[in-house]
Amino acid sequence: MKRIYTIEDACIGCHLCEVGCVTEHSLSKDPVKAFLHEPERPISRCTVEELHGGIISLSTTCRHCDEPDCLRACISGAIQKNAEGVVRIDTEQCVGCWSCVMACPYGAIQRNLKKKKANKCDLCPDRKSPACVDACPNRALVYREGSQK
Amino acid sequence: MLYKSVNESFNEFMIERSDPKCIRCKVCVRQCAYEVHSYVEADDRLAEDNTLCIGCRRCSALCPTGAITIRSNQETFKKNESWSAAHIRNVYAQADTGGILLTAMGNPAKYPIYWDHLLLDASQVTNPSIDPLREPMELRTYLGKKPDRIEVVHNEKTGKPELKTKLSPQLTLEYPFIFSAMSYGALNLNAHRAMAAAAQELGTIYNTGEGGLHKDLFKYGKNVIVQVASGRFGVSEQYLNAGVGIEIKIGQGAKPGIGGHLPGEKVDDQISETRMIPMGSDAISPAPHHDIYSIEDLRQLIYALKEATNYTKPVSVKIAAVHHIAAIASGVARAGADIITIDGFRGGTGAAPQVIRDNVGIPMELALAAVDSRLRDEGIRNQVSIVVGGGVRNSGDAIKAIALGADAINLGTSALLAMGCTLCQRCYTGKCPWGITTNNPYLAKRLNPEIGAEKLVNLVHAWGHEMKEILGGMGLNALESLRGNRYKLRAVGLTEKDMNLLGVMPAGE
Repeated sequence: MKRIYTIEDACIGCHLCEVGCVTEHSLSKDPVKAFLHEPERPISRCTVEELHGGIISLSTTCRHCDEPDCLRACISGAIQKNAEGVVRIDTEQCVGCWSCVMACPYGAIQRNLKKKKANKCDLCPDRKSPACVDACPNRALVYREGSQK
Repeated sequence: MLYKSVNESFNEFMIERSDPKCIRCKVCVRQCAYEVHSYVEADDRLAEDNTLCIGCRRCSALCPTGAITIRSNQETFKKNESWSAAHIRNVYAQADTGGILLTAMGNPAKYPIYWDHLLLDASQVTNPSIDPLREPMELRTYLGKKPDRIEVVHNEKTGKPELKTKLSPQLTLEYPFIFSAMSYGALNLNAHRAMAAAAQELGTIYNTGEGGLHKDLFKYGKNVIVQVASGRFGVSEQYLNAGVGIEIKIGQGAKPGIGGHLPGEKVDDQISETRMIPMGSDAISPAPHHDIYSIEDLRQLIYALKEATNYTKPVSVKIAAVHHIAAIASGVARAGADIITIDGFRGGTGAAPQVIRDNVGIPMELALAAVDSRLRDEGIRNQVSIVVGGGVRNSGDAIKAIALGADAINLGTSALLAMGCTLCQRCYTGKCPWGITTNNPYLAKRLNPEIGAEKLVNLVHAWGHEMKEILGGMGLNALESLRGNRYKLRAVGLTEKDMNLLGVMPAGE
């Protein structure tokens, strides 16, 4: 399946992947409205991790594992893997127990504390390629066929 | 302004931020290498210090909502035709510091640009034009010494004719473009990776500049010219044999007569290893080569390099376009150079005194015409190829240079622009916001060599296509047919003397 890969050497720590992710998962899909006017701003599914003042940085996103630990840990059956292999959360079913957050070895699941729902990358079902990949100005995120590693 | 000198307060640029569009993502804060932008947590707003802005436009380019616009500061001194704002600012700056004003990139001053006064010919009725999409069109260029005459003998065994004359080593370029000498140190390794990879894909050449060749780039050897400059950085037998050609750098168009200085802060472990100097030590290139005080001395170095490489590589000598360029070029040709590289006064630099960059040297167009004419008059034009650089902005300029007598063109500024440079002229600070002329690892990441190489390849392909169109329009099917063919050029708005120097007729004649 197609996955998002992070090229650490090319990540410039601009955090535009996060802006793209928030925008894509907003109601309007417009950055100004998503950040300033919509009642609830989505939480970014990717997070840029930085070390040594940004000399090392990379965007962490869900690996969509072949055998996802989050799925196994989910107590309510909210996390599902579809036929294409994409791991998504059904927010209706999520009870906010955070088991998936603890189970994920990549730290790729976020907590929406307000809604008490877990939050994870869905590979942007409405787009040809994920928003974070398209938002990256330096091709540090690449969307291509490959394994979870 | 509080805590600012008067000079700092007369800033060149203003940042206009649209608050309704600002989403507080802080991309501008992270991306500005000059710390112009800051986030005021208490008020949840972005602030800017206009006095620090250098106008590189990194922030406005990366702002996801287009909330930032960089404008030139409209606030003005009293209008004065003699004292421009730049002159006034420079005096203030020097009164503050007592130092030489540094700058970078090519001469931006308002001198005539001869390309804009030259027009190309095209076929009409009496000779047919050629469609480059339907017929083969040749841009391939060979650089090196050409024989005075060739002798062909009949090979009895094969029954085929054979070349008896031994040819001098030649550089083969699929496009008449070379990525100009910009040293590793002045540019970072990502930029060098991009140029080397692009040269390989294009079948052309990348010049290392004076900073040596990084060990990772030896694999691109077939597409590399190694440079030997007055500092001799990174020069070894292995280095000399790593590429397909060698260039002796005598001068640079942006700063003729001036040496180079890479500050110790920029000399990290990789640069130290490549240049073969201690980490953190200043890399100083003396103004002259201290072993070259005459044409005879130059000949010694040319032949020392040829000896070191077993006469397998053409040797180029790079000189800045200065007043007696034709006579100097003649001497260089007679000293045994295979290629003469002429760098015009619009050629770039990573750092130069502003007064030198803006006032020293002559335009490459005139220098090229003078050198080509002189070498032809002396009957030694075939002994050297001429490569020119400094001020070629598009394929039109390039093809005019070819018609004036150039064999190939050095791309420096245009290559940097292709990689993302916005000509802010601050390379000497080592804080290039586009990640090209900086060795700061946080900033250098901004140039992804893969993207850089793609853009360079695209640019040269695009110029190649355009040159083929122009050639086809003139009824020529090879660049070789245009080389030195000044009959295909006509001048508009030039004086009689200019036209004599350029060897072109006025339009209409």
